[in-house]
Amino acid sequence: MSSRETILQRLRNRTGGELTVPACDFSVLERPDWSTEERIERFEKMIESVHGEVHRCTEDSWMDRLAEILSTRGARNLLVAKSHDIGQSLRNAGRNDLPELLIYDEPIESWQAHLFNEVEASITSTRGGIAETGSLILWPTVDEPRLMSLVPPVHIAILKASELYTTFHEAMKAQNWAAGMPTNALLISGPSKTADIEQTLAYGVHGPKELIVLVIE
Amino acid sequence: MSETAEHTGHHIDVKQFHPRAQAAIQNPKIRKNFRSAMDGLMAKRKAAFEGWDLETLRDLGANIRMRALANLPDLLEQLEAKLTENGVKVHWAVDGDEACRIVTAICKARDAKTVIKGKSMVSEEMELNHYLEHEGIEALESDLGEYIVQLADETPSHIIMPAIHKNTGEISQLLHDKTGTDLSNDVEYLTASARLQLREKFMNADVGVSGVNFAVAETGTLCLVENEGNGRMTTTVPKCHIAVTGIEKVVPTLEDVTGLLALLTRSATGQHITTYFNMISGPRKAEELDGPEEVHLVLVDNGRSSIYQDDELLDTLRCIRCGACMNHCPVYTRVGGHTYGTTYPGPIGKILMPHLIGLDEGRHLPTASSLCGACGEVCPVKIPIPDLLVRLRQESVDGDKLHPAKVRGHGAKRGTMEAMIWKGWAWMHASPGFYRFGTGAASKLRALQPASAGAWTDYRTAPKLAAKTLHQRMKERGQ
Ligand code: SF4
Repeated sequence: MSSRETILQRLRNRTGGELTVPACDFSVLERPDWSTEERIERFEKMIESVHGEVHRCTEDSWMDRLAEILSTRGARNLLVAKSHDIGQSLRNAGRNDLPELLIYDEPIESWQAHLFNEVEASITSTRGGIAETGSLILWPTVDEPRLMSLVPPVHIAILKASELYTTFHEAMKAQNWAAGMPTNALLISGPSKTADIEQTLAYGVHGPKELIVLVIE
Repeated sequence: MSETAEHTGHHIDVKQFHPRAQAAIQNPKIRKNFRSAMDGLMAKRKAAFEGWDLETLRDLGANIRMRALANLPDLLEQLEAKLTENGVKVHWAVDGDEACRIVTAICKARDAKTVIKGKSMVSEEMELNHYLEHEGIEALESDLGEYIVQLADETPSHIIMPAIHKNTGEISQLLHDKTGTDLSNDVEYLTASARLQLREKFMNADVGVSGVNFAVAETGTLCLVENEGNGRMTTTVPKCHIAVTGIEKVVPTLEDVTGLLALLTRSATGQHITTYFNMISGPRKAEELDGPEEVHLVLVDNGRSSIYQDDELLDTLRCIRCGACMNHCPVYTRVGGHTYGTTYPGPIGKILMPHLIGLDEGRHLPTASSLCGACGEVCPVKIPIPDLLVRLRQESVDGDKLHPAKVRGHGAKRGTMEAMIWKGWAWMHASPGFYRFGTGAASKLRALQPASAGAWTDYRTAPKLAAKTLHQRMKERGQ
């Protein structure tokens, strides 16, 4: 008998007999119905409590803010999506106050060393956020691959205020995740961190040292 | 626990609990490191649940886990079918050895020389690193705490914070000795040097091995909870990702995950959520530019299906490995994780390990508790840990009568002397004449009562018999 059959058979022929299936009431996860303003405030508070940064912008002002953020950090380059609006508008803006714009458009194998060693910042879209915990929802795509939000030391994310949910539970239901998941989906709630050395927090241990969120109102 | 001779290089004798506890209690460094860490974690947990209806939330957690366990075989099949549909290869292992063989075979088929590992308690249970090393494959831990513990040639002393027993100075010395970094008390500097060392390894590793926090049957999704990003690196950068998990980790729906995640991170470290919550549902698609080409899941039984047979013991399978029971355990806080000599230390270890290794080996574990009840009170999925400890204690002295053949090593703690004393005691209480004679004689001879009663009186004053029995005193009062 294969190990699979052995295990399943042992579980099926339980000596204790049938187990009862309890009901699960998820309403305890619900939070008060916050307004958009309250959601933004809570999101901001949560992200800042874990060393992230929030900048409230508009459709017209985010690019200026981005340029400022990058120049104060002296970033030499920024990784952007090839087809997504964010990447396109940055490349078409023709601004000279932005660093060199790089595109993630070939398989990682051909430029891994470059990504790990040279790229200083990246900007990605999000699929919304979660106010209660200060989380961003990311579903990496062909255009915005997984490592874009992980390898560069600075990760900048664009979040539309209208896509800010109150809880994870609400976001998952509203976006009907159960209908099908991508190969990889993520919640990101702050820059990479560790407290493994005597409970002392240190940022950027493997992923980005900085997480900067531009909230578009 | 897998116990083949070749790869138990670090096997600690579980039976030596008492001498290790003595040593730990007399080591001020150990006591200080654990005390301060656990105090902080307890306070943070409390704060993180403020404003929540915690009892109802814990009920939900317990029900989610119980509902999953009630359908365990069906859910495992559904998970397998969904994952296979998503392009993930699913493997089954009855014990740790078989799981090690499966992982090794996948590595060999890819000609892999190096494996980078995310945190996984099941792989500790399997002693995977030693197995791989023995097969000529280098396995490197990438979670900072695990990396430190691996450099020190030790095992984790806490399931969430593996290197909690070491202070900054010790870690600095270790990194200096093993990797040549400068001696420093600057945690930022130490972390940054580890980042550099491990980045190289991520880029060059052939295979990434990770654990799983929840496996969702409905969508075929493997969920991983972490703060550092090493878990994402491990499961994204190498061409092949192998996840290993205990068979109990499956849940029916994605919705279940929202309830458990809310409890897990707050209970573990007092965080509302961790930095990364990573959901993996398949390998890289043809058009995608990164991610592993191959994803495997190894479902490990290793004693779980035998725990599953018993209605009471089954509760231990609800555990979501948050570590809160350790953080709140007065015994754990004083003796530290290594004293237990088991993969899972602290309260959960005391009830889980006797199942996995048998009571003859693990007989001291259930006694290492003050039964204060803190573990049961904080457990996010309401595992009645104190009740199970009492049951296992009973079983270890008198098992066969109470619960025939559930945990191996029944009665391992039964001593002949103790058994005789209890037999005599029972007999005396059942015969009124002898009872009166016995208690009367005992009060008269109280001066001869020994001042020590074995280990019990090492740290306590022996109770003294009263000069008169209760019966005598009542008689004197004319009642
Ligand atoms: S037994 Fe409960 S408190 Fe302890 S690790 Fe498991 S889930 Fe957490």
